Amino acid sequence: MSSTRREFLKISTVGGIATTVLGFDVTSAQAQARELKIARTTETRSTCPYCSVSCGVIIHTLGDKAKNVTAQVVHVEGDPDHPINRGTLCPKGAALYQDILNERRLLKPQVRRPGSDHWEDISWDQAIEEIAQKTKKARDDAFIERDANGFTVNRCENIGFTGGCTDTNEFNYLVVKTMRSLGVVHLENQARV
Amino acid sequence: MAGGTLQIKAISGHAGPVAGANTSRDYDVCKLVDTTTCIGCKACEVACVEWNGYPFRPTSFDNTYQTMPNTEWNYWNLIRFDEHENADGTFQWLMRKDQCMHCEDPGCLKACPADGAIVQYSNGIVDFQQEHCIGCQYCVTGCPFDIPKFNQETKKVFKCTLCSDRVNAGLEPACIKSCPTGCLHFGSKDDMLALAQARATQLREHTSHRNAGVYDPEGVGGTHVIYVLHDSSNPEKYGGLPKNPRVPILVQLWKGPLKWLGGLSMMFGVMGVAIHYLRFGPKEAEMKDADIQKEDRNRGN
Amino acid sequence: MTNGWIDIKNTDMMLIMGGNPAENHPCGFKWAIEAKRNRNAKMIVIDPRFTRTAAVSDLFLQIRTGTDIALLGAFINYTLQNNRVNHEYLVNYTNASFIIKEGFKLPEDGLYSGWDADKHTYDKSTWNYESGGLTKVDAPSHPEATAHGIAAAGAPPPSLPENVAYDPTLQHPRCVYQLLKQHYSRYTPETVEKITGIPKDQIIKAADMFTSIRKDGSTKQVATIIYAVGWTQHSSGTQTIRGAAMLQLLLGNVGRAGGGVNALRGHSNIQGATDMAGIFDILPGYLKVPVPKDVDFKTYLTRITPKPAKPGEWQSFNYWSNSPRFAVSLLKSFYGSAATKENDFAFHYLPKVDKNYSWAELWDRMYAGKVQGLFAFGMNGVAIGPNSQKNIDALKRADFLVVCEIYPDETSEFWRAPGITPEEMKKINTTVYRLPGAGFAEKDGTFVNSARWLQWKYAAVPPPGEAKLDQEILARIFLKIRDLYKKEGGKFPDPILNASWSYTNPYNPSLTEVAKEINGKALEDVTDPATQTTIKAGQQLPSFAFLRDDGSTTSGNWLYCGSWTEAGAMIQRRGTEDPSGLGIYQNWGWSWPVNRRVLYNRASCDTNGKPWDASRAQVWWNESAKKWVGNDVPDFKPDSAPSDHMGPFIMNPEGVGRIFVPLGMVADGPFPEHYEVFESPAQNILHPQQPNNPVAIRLKSAADKIGTTAEGYNIVCTTYRLTEMYHYWTKNNPMNVQLQPEPFVEIPAELADELKISGGEKVKVTSARSYYIAKAMVTRRIRPMMIEGKKTYQIGIPIHWGYRGIAEDEGRTAKTLANQLSPAVIDPNAFTPEFKGFLVKLEKA
Repeated sequence: MSSTRREFLKISTVGGIATTVLGFDVTSAQAQARELKIARTTETRSTCPYCSVSCGVIIHTLGDKAKNVTAQVVHVEGDPDHPINRGTLCPKGAALYQDILNERRLLKPQVRRPGSDHWEDISWDQAIEEIAQKTKKARDDAFIERDANGFTVNRCENIGFTGGCTDTNEFNYLVVKTMRSLGVVHLENQARV
Repeated sequence: MAGGTLQIKAISGHAGPVAGANTSRDYDVCKLVDTTTCIGCKACEVACVEWNGYPFRPTSFDNTYQTMPNTEWNYWNLIRFDEHENADGTFQWLMRKDQCMHCEDPGCLKACPADGAIVQYSNGIVDFQQEHCIGCQYCVTGCPFDIPKFNQETKKVFKCTLCSDRVNAGLEPACIKSCPTGCLHFGSKDDMLALAQARATQLREHTSHRNAGVYDPEGVGGTHVIYVLHDSSNPEKYGGLPKNPRVPILVQLWKGPLKWLGGLSMMFGVMGVAIHYLRFGPKEAEMKDADIQKEDRNRGN
Repeated sequence: MTNGWIDIKNTDMMLIMGGNPAENHPCGFKWAIEAKRNRNAKMIVIDPRFTRTAAVSDLFLQIRTGTDIALLGAFINYTLQNNRVNHEYLVNYTNASFIIKEGFKLPEDGLYSGWDADKHTYDKSTWNYESGGLTKVDAPSHPEATAHGIAAAGAPPPSLPENVAYDPTLQHPRCVYQLLKQHYSRYTPETVEKITGIPKDQIIKAADMFTSIRKDGSTKQVATIIYAVGWTQHSSGTQTIRGAAMLQLLLGNVGRAGGGVNALRGHSNIQGATDMAGIFDILPGYLKVPVPKDVDFKTYLTRITPKPAKPGEWQSFNYWSNSPRFAVSLLKSFYGSAATKENDFAFHYLPKVDKNYSWAELWDRMYAGKVQGLFAFGMNGVAIGPNSQKNIDALKRADFLVVCEIYPDETSEFWRAPGITPEEMKKINTTVYRLPGAGFAEKDGTFVNSARWLQWKYAAVPPPGEAKLDQEILARIFLKIRDLYKKEGGKFPDPILNASWSYTNPYNPSLTEVAKEINGKALEDVTDPATQTTIKAGQQLPSFAFLRDDGSTTSGNWLYCGSWTEAGAMIQRRGTEDPSGLGIYQNWGWSWPVNRRVLYNRASCDTNGKPWDASRAQVWWNESAKKWVGNDVPDFKPDSAPSDHMGPFIMNPEGVGRIFVPLGMVADGPFPEHYEVFESPAQNILHPQQPNNPVAIRLKSAADKIGTTAEGYNIVCTTYRLTEMYHYWTKNNPMNVQLQPEPFVEIPAELADELKISGGEKVKVTSARSYYIAKAMVTRRIRPMMIEGKKTYQIGIPIHWGYRGIAEDEGRTAKTLANQLSPAVIDPNAFTPEFKGFLVKLEKA
């Protein structure tokens, strides 16, 4: 609070003239409850991506999901129907709006070349082509069909896959199916640590 | 407020009657804060900022879990963290949600000279209408809880609205909805008082908190935010909750026996200077207090 | 969790230890508060620091990190000394009465019988039940004739006896109960005070309070134990949880509403990732991973399918006897028509595993140059650690790294981690692809919470910019690899070419199609013999009772069979009714297995099938209908009458809960024993010559140093999360950064005084591996402790910062990672590293 005395006098003078004496227009004073910002939103039921309580959240978007509309997230709030959180959220869940709309989000595929000191943009097609080539080469270079005892092992030890905590069941299933089929044994997840 | 539930009961700086008052029945709302089940998670802080859409306020580390030293014009809801060592060797980490108390007898409204800048709805919500605010900050002086906060850029004063927009639409305030443990509860004043009393009784009978009680201070006519405290004999230890808050005497005069003066703009300036002195006068003393508090925090508070 | 979040409201007593749910699971913690508010339940919190959970507790004890087994041992000792057990439960639902083989030796010297000092392994053959059924107390026994119990060379691998010897009077000197009593008699309050730093009167007070639910012989009340990674992230983590399970079995709390052993998992879908076997040592639905000696499918099935092992007079459902049905259905889901009876259902497509490929080992092998490529999908391995600097150095030696993320993270930018010079950067030859993935609001699919609830979520908006859905990224990579093998051939292409991939859009599989595949369907008409219900070919299966081992059914995960049936997506249900009032919510989402909400709920009833507490009745035996009925789905053979004496723990071949774990199913020993953390300020007063867990895994690379007090590392350090932050994610969210703007280290005020550090000053924390710089938070919430008579300090570090984030990019932090400090010492069962206790030095930065 560092309002100067000069400012104060200025304010009080203006205030003195502007107010009262001649009475008061009630209608103008009534107004002003701000419009409810979720009054016209579309609600999408989702699950908070943070801890393992799995709170129900409602993502409020402007735009009714019609074909010609790009929906805009305007608010995230707890789902009052959800039996566990009953509408409540923690300080992380309550801030999900700023996770969805966040200027730090990655928006383009990038590559850092060997020895380089910077990221370069790369097309999706190019990135996937290169990743597939490198994966195949690594696998073919060191694939183990039989171990020292002559047992069939069919494994690929030189490629690892680490899955994150917010990967869905369905995605994880596809990971296990594809990685086990490649013979990947260094298959790990946040679930371990 | 077409179609809404909010009816104005009192208007700042307003000489005449309040049109439309008492024309419909309304229930008075109340926020119950049970400090004994608050976990200081700050979900209410986030819900408040997110709902009201206020901009990022840079903070810095200050040897405490408390987000910032005080509420701010764009941060209306703050958990105050206080550590206490009891005589029996046990330790208490107290967390209290600090925000506008929505007094039944609001000192801010009493002090405010700007017609319509502060309104009190019949449901008990005290709401600032910034477009009528003249930035004089008398409300700051009038508030015994140090709640209204001035924005230097817009020259307006802000505080918790008890989410009047949500309440008007039949929703609970954003902080109430978010609270994970249910230490926040919302309903009519009667219901919340009953709930609070029952909880205090439970604490006295079933836990070690023999002084548990309800905070609903009479000096401001009761509040529409009430607390359950483990130790109601010592509200100060909860981040300086005043024991007997009162509207400052000068403000009482201003809107009490001397109310007729309020209409005279000449007097307004004189009175304003007096209140202004109260508000801004003893600057050094304030600084000193702040320094002491900070020192305290650095020693592990 | 054996129980669920809402179920906590049904409890009378809570022990919260190794977890901080008020801060890390606030919305689940509401049910603990509800129990306090509505039942006057008591809450005991035990933690290295006074947390926000402690702030609302009835009793708080400050423990030295990593000494939980000692304290739980004291609790078990107190329970036995004061007879606070549920005797009927103990005798009939646990293996307390089982008689253990002669030659089994308790670890008074820190080692169980069978230790081979040269090979550094146990011969576990004496860790087994005696054969012989009902045994009288005066039967011959030779507890002294141990001879260290090393089995004769060349003996066949031991297995559980079919007819287990037991003494229901619990008097036999070698019965589990007596051995337990003997084992924990060493864990006196006086000894445990020296180990844990908790004054003995406080230990007794907590033990008395927790076990007071059985004070007057009543079996009505119930207590719960709640924990998280404060227990698991230790070199004896699994045994700590065992200690909790044993205590709960003694008290008869497992299977009951308001009871159980409840792991609060730390992330939204790591329960699902575990169920789905996103980790090396299992296949979906906790099927065992094949090993080289499984030369064919039959050998594998024989190995993984247990036979009942129980007293002859008792019965055991032995649910894992269905393993072949689960395994065949999984292979049919993976490989479709390429999996035939003739080719062992393509069993040879699955890689065989003969060593430890777990998290820390992965980084160790990459550090050794043996792992050339790494995919990291939403997994920030550098920040997660342990020993983050080693992980950074490991990535420098990889050929390629593929990161799929939504924010720039430490892992994808390892090549420009702080301290790497421009010259060094030129020598880092790793190619890094950083692919923009989708955030939670942009994805549909299922998460599984700690309560085992599967819940579908819906996408609200499309991914921003060029970002793609994760499944599209994975599918495109996989299909491109498949194309390359089709075109060029290569090593063993069969599983790649034959993996079933019949999604309508193969390049972007619909997750509803995948979810239905995981549930499974009938390939031919299948009939359940019990109910005579037939599921037609092509239809979704209603439950795993329909799974077959002849190739006529598919299921990507047998545990999830029933989640998406012909009746629709059970995981999308939103029924809010809860008629029992117990918080079961049978029609909300779907819970594995078969929508059961409390595991082992048969144990919520006495031996006659009547609930221990009628006011919290979950299931019960209906004598007239001759079946188990109730508010929850009975976790039991539905028509097994109480007189059958079938054990309630149907996943164990014994049918009963294991107080004693036989045959090294837990590697460190049949009972938990206190071992010191690997970096400890104390010597282990129980057996100084064997201070640490002898079978914990310690990595041996040059980067894996262990610090000692002799080298000046004499402050105990632990790590944790803050409620305002989530792992290494919310450092990108301005709102959360506002709440906790900078990294800090919590330091006891007394230690700060000694080192003349005041709050807000920068400090440097150094371990044998690396250092960390942050501001000091001087606090009275962590007190100095007396450990083995020596004043000992603990400090704590929240983990949430790194070198990319809002505060980091603004230059407000030192850009160091908390996990640069933590060691890669690994629990021998769960393979979880010891993040939670290590030694450091502290100084002003």
